[in-house]
Amino acid sequence: MTTTASTTQGEVLPPPTERYTVLGWLKKNLFGSWLDAILTILAALFIAWAVYTGANWVFKTARWDVIVNNFALFMKGQYPTEEAWRLWLVIYLAAAIGGLMWGVFVRSREMAGWLLLILPLLFALAALALGSNVWINVLLIDVVALVAYFLGRTFPKQLQRPTITLLLLYLPLILLIVRGFGENGFMPQVGTNFWGGLLLSLLLAIIGIVFSFPIGVLLALGRQSELKAIHWLSVIYIEVIRGVPLVTLLFMGMVMLPYVLPAGLRIDNFIRVAVAIVMFAAAYLAENVRGGLQSIPKGQYEAADAIALGGFAKMTRIILPQALRAVIPVLVGQFIGLFKDTSLVALVGLFDLLGIARAVLANPNYIGTQLEVYTFIALVYWVFSYGLSYASKRLETSLGVGER
Amino acid sequence: MSEPVIICRDVHKWYGQFHALRGIDLEVDKGEVIVIFGPSGSGKSTFIRTINRLEEHQQGTIIVNGIELSHDVRNIAAIRKEVGMVFQQFNLFPHLAVMQNITLGPIQVRKWKKKKAEEIAMQLLERVGIPEQAEKYPGQLSGGQQQRVAIARALAMQPQIMLFDEPTSALDPEMIKEVLDVMVELAESGMTILAVTHEMGFARAVADRMLFMDAGSIVESGPPSQIFENPQEDRTKLFLSQILQH
Repeated sequence: MTTTASTTQGEVLPPPTERYTVLGWLKKNLFGSWLDAILTILAALFIAWAVYTGANWVFKTARWDVIVNNFALFMKGQYPTEEAWRLWLVIYLAAAIGGLMWGVFVRSREMAGWLLLILPLLFALAALALGSNVWINVLLIDVVALVAYFLGRTFPKQLQRPTITLLLLYLPLILLIVRGFGENGFMPQVGTNFWGGLLLSLLLAIIGIVFSFPIGVLLALGRQSELKAIHWLSVIYIEVIRGVPLVTLLFMGMVMLPYVLPAGLRIDNFIRVAVAIVMFAAAYLAENVRGGLQSIPKGQYEAADAIALGGFAKMTRIILPQALRAVIPVLVGQFIGLFKDTSLVALVGLFDLLGIARAVLANPNYIGTQLEVYTFIALVYWVFSYGLSYASKRLETSLGVGER
Repeated sequence: MSEPVIICRDVHKWYGQFHALRGIDLEVDKGEVIVIFGPSGSGKSTFIRTINRLEEHQQGTIIVNGIELSHDVRNIAAIRKEVGMVFQQFNLFPHLAVMQNITLGPIQVRKWKKKKAEEIAMQLLERVGIPEQAEKYPGQLSGGQQQRVAIARALAMQPQIMLFDEPTSALDPEMIKEVLDVMVELAESGMTILAVTHEMGFARAVADRMLFMDAGSIVESGPPSQIFENPQEDRTKLFLSQILQH
């Protein structure tokens, strides 16, 4: 034993490498047999055709003026233009918080460079090319995010709490800014019926995520509760809501609620759909969190009991942190789904991104531009969904330290 | 000696129809080191887990440190504060660093200041021989190191009694010694210990009393000298001959 060990220790062999030339690789992977060769050629022809047609449509046929002319409408709906600075303020805040979070929690340099330098520059250039003065704001937002990022990187320990506080305050703050207060003056009130486009979609999604999360966690804990009343109430709520499509809930909120409520009491449309979305998302979230709770070994509960932790400390310090971490990917998937599901509010007459798209298409000037409009809103949905998915992947990696 | 720290009278437990504990009677004095051994399924783990109410007994009386175990949550909490436990599978909290694993109980339950808790945690880590691992996570440690952290975590609550539930059974042979060394040191420092273990060397060295359990009862008890050299019961003889054969 010892002799073999010493000889192998002397000559450490590198793992075998396979070296290919380009031609060798082609031959092995694409033209290995007659069938392979035929399939390769067919696939190449198909790709070439698809790229050619696609590019031809994007650069020649498509009438992008429908997007350019209605861009503000797509972004903010009927929100008054003279108050649009408030929406910019909301984005500035988001950039500051996003930068801080990236600096404090993720702390990876190379991706920050890509996201914070190159992407905004492209946006700014695009805006400039379209003759819009948006580019100044894009650049300034980028500067804010960068400064926040470097601050976060430099003082991660000191800024951890303020960052989380800011994150928690973000939703109430932006609702205040977007809605405003008073008749006149500095931030006059803008009714929810003026909120639209991407603004409305994002607000509904953020509200859905922020409120469904605690409710869903409580429902999951309730379902595990030993108190029979709480257990059964949670089960009934979850199973009833999960058995109903979101559209149904939205229609119930919009159409049926007025009949049930006492005459004269009118609840804002925005609040109705927001409540429906939160209720719906909470039920699904509860089931996902339950999955996480069930993945925690019994020994963790026993160890917490053995050091005399009370029920609350046991849950918040030991069980939930592990359970939630285990289901981050699922939750992010659910949040992405939630963001896309907000497009259903268009069906009950709200003008979110999809609702605006339908309204624009109803305009006789833009007849026949369905492809352009839907491609555009698909792209917007994709950018946000992928951004969320990407950020969560980074968050997972940086939270993964010390995982068993 | 004053009042015994643990008094068990006619303790019974059932799992469904299965009668797991069939009338356990035991008194443990302060500072006593007791080793419980016996075949698998004999109820020895179940028994020590009833002492800090990880398992509920259905009949009989258990009094720990003058407090009777009942359904009263305050009694259970009061007893758990005074009873430390070390598990076979360590059960460290994987999302917390070693230091936080140890200080969580003292800060949350004993309401100590973080600084004080960390000082004491550091002393305990030195006592179990791994002060340099304080900032690591459990997943980065070897089994033996994890079990020593688990011992430090239990000791941080400054318990009167320590329960060990097969603390070396999940360890590789070369790590058993480092854990046993810590346990021997603890036994010699005057801690009251109940240990379920088959480490007979440990039992011979530090046990004041050994209990042989089979089928939910204590079959025989006595000092190690009697158990090893002159066991009275046939079942004890048979079991010892089986585990000491190799």
